[in-house]
Amino acid sequence: MKNEKNYPELLTGRFGDKTVFNPEKPNEVYTDGDNLISVLEFLKNEGLNFLADISSVDYKEYFEVVYQLFSFDNSDHLTIKVKLDHNNPQVPSATALWETANWLEREVYDLMGITFINHPNLERILTWEGFEGHPLRKDFVSKKQSSRK
Amino acid sequence: MKTQTYTLNFGPQHPSTHGVLHVVLELDGEICVGSKTQIGYLHRGIEKLVEDRTYPQVIPYTDRLDYLSGMSNNLVYVQTIEKLMGIEVPERAEYIRVLLAELMRIASHMVGIGIYIMDLGAVSAVFYPFIEREKILELMSHISGGRMTFNYMRIGGVAYDLHPDFYPELDNFINEFPRFIEEYHKLVDDNEIFKARTKNIGVISAEKAMSYGLTGPNLRASGVDYDLRKISPYSVYDRFDFETAVGKNGDCYDRYVVRMKEVEESFKIIKQAYKEMPEGPVMAKVPKLIKPPVGDAYHQAENPKGILGCYVVSDGSPKPYRVHFRRPSFNNISIYDELFIGHKIADIVAILASFDIVLGEIDA
Repeated sequence: MKNEKNYPELLTGRFGDKTVFNPEKPNEVYTDGDNLISVLEFLKNEGLNFLADISSVDYKEYFEVVYQLFSFDNSDHLTIKVKLDHNNPQVPSATALWETANWLEREVYDLMGITFINHPNLERILTWEGFEGHPLRKDFVSKKQSSRK
Repeated sequence: MKTQTYTLNFGPQHPSTHGVLHVVLELDGEICVGSKTQIGYLHRGIEKLVEDRTYPQVIPYTDRLDYLSGMSNNLVYVQTIEKLMGIEVPERAEYIRVLLAELMRIASHMVGIGIYIMDLGAVSAVFYPFIEREKILELMSHISGGRMTFNYMRIGGVAYDLHPDFYPELDNFINEFPRFIEEYHKLVDDNEIFKARTKNIGVISAEKAMSYGLTGPNLRASGVDYDLRKISPYSVYDRFDFETAVGKNGDCYDRYVVRMKEVEESFKIIKQAYKEMPEGPVMAKVPKLIKPPVGDAYHQAENPKGILGCYVVSDGSPKPYRVHFRRPSFNNISIYDELFIGHKIADIVAILASFDIVLGEIDA
């Protein structure tokens, strides 16, 4: 579905080359960790005020954190992606903008092991305290699997 | 006199927590002064498990997310894959999907409302909705063979056409349901005890609801008119005439009112979809081995509990590289820790019940 506002134009006008678009996928923006929060804040004020989801993907060489932004007023949708280094994945937390980011980020931290800087309460949420490793990583080996080999 | 607060473990084994939710409450007498919601007791790692299944093999896992609305969960997943592969679904299949998704919404709300009022002490109020739900589950078992885990939707359509037994039973349901709605309104709406237990309890402002990512009836009860079926219609929802149910005060009572209104609107959609259902095939031409092109897709739909989203990443192989679900109840209950504070412990039971949560999808 086509967006009402032209977000690529708005973002390029505000952030220049710090946001990257794929011309084939106009609903998708790449940015980096340093600019993420200002990009999210800018978009929130432009009307994308619904943070639906934060997910993450392990692409082996790098991690990707994926933010799904929607609007409570219309059908606009924008996906924000941030690539992270595989050895030390860190990204600033969006909890100051949306309360829902608190749990969503805790889930990503728990299962994928991505650290959210300035998160008020970055604890495991689905697995228990003392659980080793982050299950959704591609190199994760469970205790059961390792004892079988 | 010296007083002190004390800690109470609410759950995980407690019938009022609707499953295995665990809330550590800090209480001053009967008043809550601190709360910590702990989840994960039903975590099965569905997102990890499905990375080792083929695309169609993921569908049964979605039944087990929100196990009270399996059909709607099926729909979100298969639509995501259809989006990824660009599959056009036959019209009859779309109508069947909408019909079943709305029946599922009624079934889910019947449990939500019934258990809600039972938790407030009115045990007889749970039996009437469950009679209606039973009829819907019977309908579902005629077409899929299952009562709760259906595995009926397929990538490109639905598994089988509607069974001949389905039609007379649906006629029966359509005939009897309006009487139930009327009776139930009389039974509950003006009940003094129910009103005293729910009005102005657990009030959520529209700003808070939006910030916490509340969706579904819980969001609309706070006065935010946001329903995906209206705002960005998927499937064939743009062809039906219905209204969204919106509340005013965002308290427990409004959450009941919104659910009852939604049931009536769903019933309207069911009647229209049933009447206008076209003939034709129920499956698109889909390759035997499903291998979506490299890429990713996010799709979300209005489920009974709220917005269920699905994010799928494909690497071009027959197995999904990554599947992530945005589960509505997970986001909905993140407001609990803030909402509980200042309420009495009996009100906390009312708030919990008014949210209509399912732990299967919170923990995934």
